[in-house]
Parts: sequence; C-alpha cells; structure tokens
Amino acid sequence: MSKHDTRANAVRNTGKTAQVIIYIGLVLWMFINLFPVYWMFTFSLKNNEEIFGKNVVGLPQHWLWSNYTSAMNTGKMWRYFLNSTIVAVATILITLAVALMATFALTRMIWKQRKTMNKFFMLGLTIPIHASVVPVYVTLSRLNMLNTYWALIIPYAAFSLSMAILVCTGFMNEIPRELDESACIDGCNIWGIFFKIIVPLMKPAVATVGIYTFLQCWNELMFANIFISKNDLKTLPVGVQGLSGQYTTNWGPIGAALVMATFPTLFVYIFLSRKIQESFIAGAIKG
Amino acid sequence: MKKVYSNKLHLIIFLLPALLLFCGVLIAPIGASFYYSLFDWSGFGAQKTFLGLSNYKELFTSDSINFMKALGNSLLLAALSVFLQLPLALGLALTLGKKIKGERAFLSVYFMPVLISTVVIGQLWLKIYNPDYGILNVFLRSIGLENLTRIWLGKKETALGAAFVPILWQYVGYHMLLLYAGVKSIPAELREAAMLDGASDGKVNRYIVLPYIKPILRISVIFAVTGSLKSFDLIYVLTNGGPLHATEVPSTLMISMLFLRNRYGMGSTIAVMLIVLCFAFALLISAIFREEG
Repeated sequence: MSKHDTRANAVRNTGKTAQVIIYIGLVLWMFINLFPVYWMFTFSLKNNEEIFGKNVVGLPQHWLWSNYTSAMNTGKMWRYFLNSTIVAVATILITLAVALMATFALTRMIWKQRKTMNKFFMLGLTIPIHASVVPVYVTLSRLNMLNTYWALIIPYAAFSLSMAILVCTGFMNEIPRELDESACIDGCNIWGIFFKIIVPLMKPAVATVGIYTFLQCWNELMFANIFISKNDLKTLPVGVQGLSGQYTTNWGPIGAALVMATFPTLFVYIFLSRKIQESFIAGAIKG
Repeated sequence: MKKVYSNKLHLIIFLLPALLLFCGVLIAPIGASFYYSLFDWSGFGAQKTFLGLSNYKELFTSDSINFMKALGNSLLLAALSVFLQLPLALGLALTLGKKIKGERAFLSVYFMPVLISTVVIGQLWLKIYNPDYGILNVFLRSIGLENLTRIWLGKKETALGAAFVPILWQYVGYHMLLLYAGVKSIPAELREAAMLDGASDGKVNRYIVLPYIKPILRISVIFAVTGSLKSFDLIYVLTNGGPLHATEVPSTLMISMLFLRNRYGMGSTIAVMLIVLCFAFALLISAIFREEG
C-alpha cells in the first residue's frame, strides 16, 4: 500500500469517526428536546406517589385519565381553550383582512408616498409590545373594554400587522400585473380586481400569515395577563399559569393542563411541519 | 388601469383600517408612553404631577428600583444567547444543511419547542427544577451526585443561569431554522465547485457558507439581543424576577412598577427605555455587520 493510500484511508476513517460523533451529538440534542415533553406527558397521567419517587421517568403504571377530567372541569381548561380559540380566530381574520387591503394599496395602487408608507409599517417589526402596555391598558379601561375578547383581539391584530404585510407584499408582487389589466379591460372595477383576482391567488400567503399569527396569539402572555382578569375570559397561557398556582402539590392535573395547552399545536405540527417552518422563515426573513 | 388604481378615495378605503390599527396600537402609544414617563402618576383618577425627566434620573440612580441590575441581567442573557445559543444553532444548521440522513426528522424535532407556549415550558421547567421531586435533582441523586443538587431557581447564585436554560432550550430551534433556511438557499454549484477545488468541510463553511448567510446571521443576532432585552414570559413564570431581584429583567420590573407599586409614570419610563434600547441595539448590530463587509 502506497503512502498516498494510507493517508486517504486515514482521512476516510477520521471522516467516519467524525460522522459517528456528529450523529451522537444530533441524537443527544434530539433527546434533550424530546425528554421534557415526554416527561410532561407521562406525569400528566400519574398520581403523586408515582411522580414523587416510585416511578419518576417510566410510563405510568396506572393511567390516571382522571387528571384530565379534573383539569377540564374543576380547572376550567375547556373554557380557556374556547377563549384562546375565539381570540385566535378573530385575530387571524382581522389581521388578514386588514393586511390584504393595505398590501393591495401598497403594491398595486399608484400614489406618491407608497415606499415611505411601506417602511413605516415595517417599523412594527422592531417595536416591542412593552411600548403599548400602559397606553393601551389606559385606553381600554376608559372605553370599558378590559375583560372583553376585543381587549386582546385588537392589540394582537395590530402587532401581527407588520409581519402580515411583509409576507403579503412578497406574494402579491409575484402576481402578474397582466391579470389586473385584463380584468380591468373585462370591466372589473377595483373591488372586482381585489376580491376576484388578487385575494383568491393569495392562498399561500393567507396560510403563512394565519399559522404565524395563530401561534403568536395562542401563546401570548403579557397582554393576556394584564388586560383580562375575569377567570371566564382568560386565555390558555394565563389560565394554565393560574391553575399551577392552585394545584401546587398535585402535579397530575397540572401536567394534564400543560398537555392540553400544547397538544393541539404539536398535533397540527406533525402534519404541517414544513408549512409551519416556512411560515416562521417567511416571518423573519423574506416574506 | 391607471385611472382605476389612482383613485384617492379607494386608496383611503384600502389603507385606512391598517393605518388606524397600526397607529392606534403601536405608534401613538409610543408617544403616550413618553408623555406618561414625564409624570408621577399612581393610576386612574389620581392626579398627574409633572416631573420632567426626573423619572429617568431616578430610574438610573435609585437603589430600590435597581434598573441597572435588571438591564445588566438582560444584557447577560443577550450575551449568553449570542455566544452560546447562536453557535449551537449555527452548528446544528450547518450540520443539517449538509444533506445528512434524517435531516427532516432532526430539523422538525429541534424546532418543536418553539411552538410550545412559554407558560407551558416555564411550568414544565419549574417541575424539572423542583428541589425535592424535580427530575434534575432526582437524577443527580440517583447517580450519587447528591452534593450537586440545588434549589436551582431559589438561590441567588444559580437562578439566572437556571432561568436561561429553558430560554436556550426553547429558542435554539428557532435560530437553527432561520440559519438552516439560509444554508439551504446556497446554490449547490457554489458548494460543489469549492469541494472540487479540494476545500475541506470547515473551509467550505468558513469561506462559502458563512459569508452567504451573513444577512440571516445579522437577523438572528438582532433577534437574540432584542429578544433578551424584552424577555418576559419565561422569567415571569419561572422566578418573576426573584429571588431578591437576582433574575429581574426590565420587563418584570416594569410590570411590578405598574401593578404592584402603581407607579404608571415609572413603568412608562421603563417602557420608553426598552423601545430606545431595542432600536439602538438593532441599529448597532446592523452597523457592525456592515462594517465587517
């Protein structure tokens, strides 16, 4: 075997070892990501005796589904669930409607300060929600709107707007202008062009914005914590937070509540992982 | 066509809802926050007393507020994010970007924590850190490292570090995804040409990949830093700034000013500082990246 071959072999071997090390690292990180979630699932189905010593990491010996019923009924999880769903759906609808209209004006219509206005909306990507806490709280309280769904829907929609316009602009610019022209020649007015030509072609943008907005408001804590104090109107994050305060010593029902708040998102993620990832990329990078 | 698209009335109809929403909830409140920050104001119905800029002076000098400590903590979180979380995310993105077997599965699992509500993650890690029954101390005891067990979130020395771990755990996947998208967008020919010229993996990464994904790195760094300045959810759930303000960050301080001490003026002052800092850091980081070519 010539010198050259041995060297090539050595390189190949270190390549192999490196590859094994890389895989060990990747699997280890995967384990670190999955284990807390696995642990959450298992302790949501255990009694304290198992959680606190008899069976800390194993699958539950007695599957205690009653943890779920007590979180659901005594813990009112179903109510928080409903509230979060109402708020999220309304926010998505408003964000989409407003953003699509604004994007239409920003990409299609002809006026002077178009570019400036676009930049103005993009400021929203950097403005922290802290800026709004006090003034919005004061305004909502003056309008007697604290402890209503609107107290969350309007701020959430406003804070989703910049990202929605960013994403919609990207997609709307790709729709060929010839389509507008021919619709115009066929006698469509501006509403016809918007509703019959543009909006139907914006489905991918709608999905992207919808997913992103959904996750933002489903998980939001600060506004939800401050603007809503009535238990019946609390959203999931605040509800779960309150529940954990009530059940400090009884871990099972808390686990069940945590799983219930998480499960729908993860379930959808299993089927739509690529689309969900794309929407996060679009929200941060290109639009 | 031109006529249809130049109608000013239509323009206003299309643009107005967005403008109202955006200005009403984001822009006007910035002004309002600044206005409130000039007053001593204990909330609704109470008289506002004009103070000028003395809230700002008090914010930076008062020991009982200790804003500098909160700011320091959030900057420490920012440093940990940039120098620990981002390299980890970058490493994962570069590895997964090389068409490795199981790429999709790894990617999807790594991104999963981003989708879980921060309250759930916080509550889960509270359980993990529980001094008596938490999985961390139980694990340490079971391998005979009893003396390493701690009241992780309850001790001044360990609380901030312990609070950072769940933050890292949740957001590595986010940065990894952004960087991975960048790595994947590199034209295959570019990579292949370098490989043909005999460049090693390390060299390809150094001279082809990193320069190519620089704009995304910039975004990641901005998100990591401004995200740390704004950090609220996980800290609020895990420690709410305690013990003894060891994990206090500007957001938790702001909330306690507003709703525990009823100091709306001072709370607004902190809000204004956060806006200014977020913009300043975003500009600074952009400038640094531009400087580097």
